[in-house]
Parts: sequence; C-alpha cells; structure tokens
Amino acid sequence: MNEQLLEIEDLEVTFATEDGLVRAVSGVSFTVSRGETVAIVGESGSGKSVTVMTLMGLTRSPNSRFAGTARLHGEDLIGASEDKLEAIRGKEIAMIFQDPISALSPVQRVGAQIAEQIRAHEKISKAAALERAIELMSRVGIPNARVRARGYPHEFSGGMRQRVMIAMALSLSPSVLIADEPTTALDVTIQAQILDEIRQLSAESNAGVIFVTHDLGVVADIADRVLVMYAGRLVEQGTVDDIFYDPQHPYTWGLLGSVPRVDRDPPRRLPAIPGQPPSLVRPPQGCPFQPRCPHAFDRCRELPPLAPRLPDAGHLDRCWLKPPEKRALRETNGRIGLTEGAAS
Amino acid sequence: MTENDTIAAGPRADGQPSLLQAEHVQLYFPVKSGGLLGRTTGSVHAVDDVSLSLSEGQTLGIVGESGCGKSTLARCLVRLLEPTEGALRFHGADITHLGRKGLRPFRREAQFVFQDPVSSLNPRKRVGQIVGTPLRLNGMSRGDVSARVRELLERVGLNPEHVNRFPHEFSGGQRQRIGVARALANNPRLIVLDEPVSALDVSIQAQVINLLDDLQDEFGLSYVFIAHGLSVVRHFSDQIAVMYLGKFMEVSPAAELYSKPIHPYTEALLSAMPIPDPRENRARERRVIGGEPPNPILPPPGCRFHTRCPRATEVCKEVEPPLAEYAGGHLAACHHPMNVSPTEISAAVRSPLSPLSAGELMPDGREGAETGPAPR
Repeated sequence: MNEQLLEIEDLEVTFATEDGLVRAVSGVSFTVSRGETVAIVGESGSGKSVTVMTLMGLTRSPNSRFAGTARLHGEDLIGASEDKLEAIRGKEIAMIFQDPISALSPVQRVGAQIAEQIRAHEKISKAAALERAIELMSRVGIPNARVRARGYPHEFSGGMRQRVMIAMALSLSPSVLIADEPTTALDVTIQAQILDEIRQLSAESNAGVIFVTHDLGVVADIADRVLVMYAGRLVEQGTVDDIFYDPQHPYTWGLLGSVPRVDRDPPRRLPAIPGQPPSLVRPPQGCPFQPRCPHAFDRCRELPPLAPRLPDAGHLDRCWLKPPEKRALRETNGRIGLTEGAAS
Repeated sequence: MTENDTIAAGPRADGQPSLLQAEHVQLYFPVKSGGLLGRTTGSVHAVDDVSLSLSEGQTLGIVGESGCGKSTLARCLVRLLEPTEGALRFHGADITHLGRKGLRPFRREAQFVFQDPVSSLNPRKRVGQIVGTPLRLNGMSRGDVSARVRELLERVGLNPEHVNRFPHEFSGGQRQRIGVARALANNPRLIVLDEPVSALDVSIQAQVINLLDDLQDEFGLSYVFIAHGLSVVRHFSDQIAVMYLGKFMEVSPAAELYSKPIHPYTEALLSAMPIPDPRENRARERRVIGGEPPNPILPPPGCRFHTRCPRATEVCKEVEPPLAEYAGGHLAACHHPMNVSPTEISAAVRSPLSPLSAGELMPDGREGAETGPAPR
C-alpha cells in the first residue's frame, strides 16, 4: 500500500520570455504513493499546473529549462527521451485536463479516440480496442455507451465529455492519474458526480492521484495529502487534516480564511489576503509571501527551508514563525484567517 | 387565472418601497432552422415566467447552474435585453418596452458588472476614459470628470495615479475593480452583478466581496447578485432565489435557505457543494443527484426538475407546482416539499409570484385558495 510510485526532487522549471526568466517552479519535492490522492492547491500562477504538466513532458519547448528529477518506478521523467515519454504517457501516467472540449479531437468519434490511445500502447485489433472503449465509457457512467461512442465531442455535455476524458485516462490502468482542475468548468451537481467517479476508480485501480485545484472544498472532499503552492514554491505540505485544522503557513491561513462557506453564517468581513501575488520574473527576496504577510519580520528576508517544525515529521512548512506563535496568530473569533495588519 | 392577477406595484408587505419589480417576465430566444429561409423551429425558454421584487438597499441573490437563465434574467433586469412577455417596473414606472431615449434616466440608476473583467473593458481605452465615459455622457464638465474619476478609483482601492493605464496593465481583481468604479460613476441605486468574482482567485475574491459589501453600506445600493454556487451569495444576500431551467424553484430569506431548504433541487445544490472542512465533509450524508439539466428548447412538462428529482411522483410530471408561500416569506415550487411540517404546509398560500402556467394544486392536495376556483 505504501509503495512510493512517484518521487519528485528539487524540480525547477524556468521559461525564458521577453520580460526575463520566469521562475515558474522552484525547488519542488514531493512523493505520491499507491492508492493515495495528493492535492496541489494554489492560485493562478502558483506553478501547480506547470508542475504536473512537466511530469508529463508537456512543458518541453525551446524556451523552457528544467532541473531536478521526477522518478516513476525509479526512472527519471525529466531527462527522459521523447520516445521514452511517449511510451509512458497514457500507459503509466495519464492526465485529465480542465477543459475537455479542447483536449478531445473535434473531428473524430469519441469511441475511436479512446480506442486509438489503447492501440498506441497495446497490439490489439481495432474492433477489440473499440469494444474496450465502450466498456470503459459505460464504467464511467455514460449511459447508452455503444451509441454514444459513435458521437463526436460536441454532441456531449461538459460533464459527459469529462467522463470521456476519465475513460480515456483509465483505459490502460495507469499507476499515476493526474487531474488538473477536472471539475472547475462544471456545475456543482455534475462536479459531485465526477468527483465520486474519480474517487471510486482510483480506489478500484489503486492508482496514485495528483489532483490540482484551487477549490479548497474539493480538496477537503478528495485529498489524503495536500501541497500548498505559492509563487512557484511549496509553502506547506501535510495530511488533509493537518492543513485544514493545524495550518502552519500564513498563506494557508489566508486561503482558508478567504473562502466563503455554505455551512456557516457569514462573518461580517471575509479575512482577505491583502495585495497581489508576486512577479515570478523578479520574485521577492526571501520568503515569497513576505510582502503580503501581516506577520512578517526581519528574518523573513531570508528564504525559510521547507522543513518539519512540529513533532509530526510528515507536516512540513516554510515559515520562520514558531508553532506556538502561529497558533496564537492564526485565529480570530474561532476562525482561521489572516488578521488584517496585525503585525505590520 | 384572471388577467388582473399581477403583483401590485408600490410598497411590499414588509412596508419597504419596492425599487425593482419583475412581473411574469419571459424571454424566449428563437431557434432558427439554419436553412436558407432561416425559419424559426422552436425557442429556448431562457427565462420562463419569473416574478420578483427588490427593495431599496436590499440584495437579491440568484443562484443556478449554467444554462438555467440567470444571466439572461440579469440582462433583462437592466434592460440590456427586452423581455418577450411580462413587465418590469423601476420605482413603480413601467420600463419593459422603453426605447433608447426613454431608458436614459433608468440607465443612470441601474448599472451592471460583468463576469469577465477582460472582455468587459475596452482594451484600447485608458482607465480614465472607461470610468469617465458614463460621467461625460451625463454632461459633466471635463475638469469635474477627471476629479470624479480619481475619487472613484481611490474608492474602489486602485491607485488614482493609474488613470492613464490600459486595462491589460492590471490584474484580474484590479480589472474587476475598474468595472465596479465604472458602475458607480453616476451614483446608481441598483447594481446587477453577474458572477462578479467567479473569474478571480479565492484571495482576490474575498477582497472584491469586501469592497462590494462596503460600497453597499456606504451608498445604500441595491444589488442583484448572480452566482452559480451557493457559498458566495450567502455572504451578501437578504433574499436568495434558486433558478432551474428558466424558473424560480425557491425564493427564501438568505439564512433560512441554508438551514431549511424546502425544494429538493436546493437541497441537491447544497449537498453537492463540497465544504472546506474535511471532518464535516466526511460526516455529512451527501445525496448526489444524477442526470443533467434537460434541453431548454423542450423543457419537461409539469415540474421542470422532475426528471432528476428523487421525490418525484406522477403529479410532478403533469402539474406545474405553484410557488407556495410558507411562513416568513419563504417560497418554494414543489409538490413534495422538504423540511416543513403538515401544519406549515396547510398554512401555506399560493404566492402571487407563481408562474401563470402553474397549476392550482398546493402541496397538501388542496387547490390554491387565494385565486378562487380552479379552471378545471
């Protein structure tokens, strides 16, 4: 059960642009085990999507540079040749994208698209591959799969298209499934259906799942472990309960505090995070969150390492404050959040 | 149903004067065949007989999934679209079919903030021009405009020195603030906000929500707040309407909607919302409803939700339920209401906001008494 599938160490991704070097991902390390769902949370530009796309080799381009390693079953993905990646993609690691309409070919029947992926990795007949595609489609809850397999993507609703993506991703029983905001474009009732589907299928296949999202509600629903990213760096990582009930990094407090909740009476003011996310071309010196952090002090000009600061070795964070100080600072009126201008 | 069965203009039951009223508003979009003749083959029932009333200084939240007609309704309310049927009243005056000129005074008082802060700002205009245009159109002198624009930018939390910048030089949250500043320019009474924070990151969302909150307190604004999820509207609204396939399913005082949803669709929406709290998420019993919203060109007969409703029976397929008014002004259009006792059900009356096409059958099988004998 606890076999480590994927080990990512010191991953760096930079893009050369006209404005200068964009440091999209800096020093990211984490692992994914079998049967485990790891959620990566962060806002736009935090590097969460770049991280997972790099694992699939989808960020390779003349202007991108990589450092670090990502080992799947001990084999490095970052330095792997394009041929090697081709064999791994789809078979060992599969991905579900946010926007299924642009991830599917508009001119090919849905069943044939799934069958094509199967045939790219396995030597079986077209008819047999299509049979498997139909079977997969009905497994992910597409009614009348035999007829629907002959349809084109535009004939499917958003939720059904996402099911097609899931069917395709699962077609070769990959050991790692990456889902990049798979439910962001969907309505809540459909989102609940798709999350159930992903949960059930990952439990059946015992695959490791990396779930990228900005929605903390979805994280609470689906994740076993959570990585919080900010400005290209991991600022905190721990189990889902660690992150929600004992968050150590002020950015995590800010995220948790700024979510309006359906199940509580609203506070008079939402504890917002002041300011704007930093530039990735000229990142702030030291802790990336320091310019927006009301609790920042002198030492924050030096970048804190991502390290365990609690007795629990699995809970890491990147903040110089001591745990007792954090406990005192993070709560106002029983709610976790950033207090406006507390120490600034 | 008699012809004079409209909602009386003027003060509402709670004594507050009504700012905006919609009476049985319908908006159908024709569906063309696509052939040379382009014949109309059907119509999309985007808004299908919606009635509402909004008082000064109040916020009405309208919630629903994509395609339920909430954005079309929002555009109707500020007359960006003209309703096919029904009437709109602003300060009691009929604005349903007014032309460009007739709408001028209304345009000053009712403003709109769009969901997408990128496409709702002209990329070739400077911020000063964008925010100043409504002022100039209103006949303000050049010098006054520039002073007022600076004041507005400052008020929404932007640097007034940035009047000469273009929209692309701002982040998403800042652009949404520009949209808000433009809406505020002529001191409106009503702002319709169409998913104003859905395109923003959570931390920025909270900033914009707080700003909108402060502005409402400061200027006594009325809001109509459109959202697809139930969490953001909870923060704002005095009243919340839940919309499905062009109709209101439930209209309730804000707090009660969450503690006591009466319509099964509302319950389904609440249950589908993941809560950012792992323990509570695991503990609660979630009922995920299956299926997808039906085609709005051919909406199902009877209750629109019956195809997905776990409580649906024969009657739901045949008779469209009227909006029944329960204690505390809580309306729901359902034959099998939840979370209400038999006493509450028998005390309920048929609301005059009910669609004209709705049947007379009340949840306990009684015919709606208020409008007299049923036509059958």
